[in-house]
Amino acid sequence: MRKMLNVLYITNPEAYLAKDGENLVVRVQDEEIFRTPIHYLEGIVTFGYMGASPALLGMCVEKGVTVSFLTAHGKHQATVHGTPKGNVLLRRKQYRLADSESESAKLASMFIIGKIANCRTVLRRFMSDYGDKVQIEEVDRVSKIMARNVLRLGKELLLDEVRGIEGESAQMYFSVFDQLIICHKDHFFMKGRNRRPPLDNMNALLSFLYSLLLHETRSALETVGLDPYVGFLHRDRPGRTGLALDLMEEFRPYLVDRLALSLINRRQVTGDGFLKKESGGVIMKENVRKIVIEAWQKRKREEITHPFLEKKIYVGLLPYAQALLLARHLRGDLDRYPPFVWK
Amino acid sequence: MEKLYEEDDLLALSGIQHFAFCERQWGLIHVESQWVENVKTVEGKNMHKRVDDPYFTETRGDVKIVRSVPLMSKTLGLYGVADVIEIQQHDDNFGIVNYSIVEYKRGKPKADDRDQVQLCAQALCLEEMLAITINYGYLFYGETKHRYRVEFNNCLRTRVQELAQRMHLLFEKGQTPPAVYNKKCKNCSLFDICVPELSKVNKRTQKYLSRVFDDMRIE
Ligand code: SF4
Repeated sequence: MRKMLNVLYITNPEAYLAKDGENLVVRVQDEEIFRTPIHYLEGIVTFGYMGASPALLGMCVEKGVTVSFLTAHGKHQATVHGTPKGNVLLRRKQYRLADSESESAKLASMFIIGKIANCRTVLRRFMSDYGDKVQIEEVDRVSKIMARNVLRLGKELLLDEVRGIEGESAQMYFSVFDQLIICHKDHFFMKGRNRRPPLDNMNALLSFLYSLLLHETRSALETVGLDPYVGFLHRDRPGRTGLALDLMEEFRPYLVDRLALSLINRRQVTGDGFLKKESGGVIMKENVRKIVIEAWQKRKREEITHPFLEKKIYVGLLPYAQALLLARHLRGDLDRYPPFVWK
Repeated sequence: MEKLYEEDDLLALSGIQHFAFCERQWGLIHVESQWVENVKTVEGKNMHKRVDDPYFTETRGDVKIVRSVPLMSKTLGLYGVADVIEIQQHDDNFGIVNYSIVEYKRGKPKADDRDQVQLCAQALCLEEMLAITINYGYLFYGETKHRYRVEFNNCLRTRVQELAQRMHLLFEKGQTPPAVYNKKCKNCSLFDICVPELSKVNKRTQKYLSRVFDDMRIE
């Protein structure tokens, strides 16, 4: 498997990114606060409105380092990257399959199988960790529904049926999610997902983490030569990275939901790190963003045995591994796309 | 009659060395543009920088040395650049000019013929462009600091022609050749993105999915 390089996240809105020789230099008010050789990086993600010199962007393009500009809340604004990688024939295959309802449904099923199976594992892990301390009947019931829905997805379905199962599963899953939060219940609760804007602390935290994940699936797809904009489950909409969203589905429970829960349950983030604005929308304070990013980076450096490849890889390489498998499937080297299913 | 390639159909000459080493490696670089620059290739590049100066000419005795010479052959369907061409003009033999090609490589001589093949492909281009014959050239290796003479005999020439033909065949199909996991993979700079082990798990997808479904039934 490919080496894992670092993604640098920059949260200080006053930072300025510049080039010095083969190095990236971060300055705040003309003072250098960070420096790294560019070849240690595979991506730079900035939050807020910071500047970057054209010379730095040029070097990043040349070295294959993507630079993404996100708003402070994690909404994607722009990405700078070099010539698309990969074979145009592979992308055409992707477009052909995406044009076909039935082929799209097959692939969409796989992503959602991954997602729901992993949601189920989140619930089952919770039951085995806390089953003796909290009421778990409802969690158990939902976990069984998840299992059943995965089996339903094994049949040949229409795209709308896949969406139906996905929607129902997500709703059920988030209906018990609140029970998985065992600390700071008055600050963190789940009464359903909302995103634009997030209306409570839990949703703000999840949304922020999902935006980090989306960045990873997007660049993983670009690396293997697929077009992140053309999805199978998520249909084309201008500006939407449909395939990156598709690929993200199987990682949401495993990479984000668990991390969010453990940040709260281990009291690493607390209610005062969040700010409710006049409109009711909630934003995260900068110090919490820092804690969350640190936890995310640490998580990426953990190792896992990939269930399909049956070899140890860094958690941070999972999106790349799945993108690679997807490209292999589209190219016809693998007869099915094996979603990432964690046990 | 021999087929002549159109300019649009020419392939990168530098690819022939990858192709001679492993067809899949070539496919990953030249068809899929999958290439991670690792430390080794950066070293190679820096070394090239020194010889990579198209405006540089030097004369040593009766030998004129020119660098970064663009090359092309319509019969091979290749285009590229030669590092160094040495042009020898003997005053005493009626203006007969002798061309020889030198290619600089980092590292040391390889067990296979990929460097010879690349050098010979360059020579074939130059022969075609100038309507001359070149009988030999040199490979210079950074690690051993030594130049090795390579004879462009018929055997090597045929090998180059066959490789070039096959490159075009695969390029037209746009198909990256499947991985054949073997011992050279160990030294391959593209190992990490090739994942040659994957060729063995091709048929495992069905089994993998059945296992996932079986897990869902245990409750
Ligand atoms: S890893 Fe092996 S099969 Fe893959 S490109 Fe390298 S030599 Fe070829």
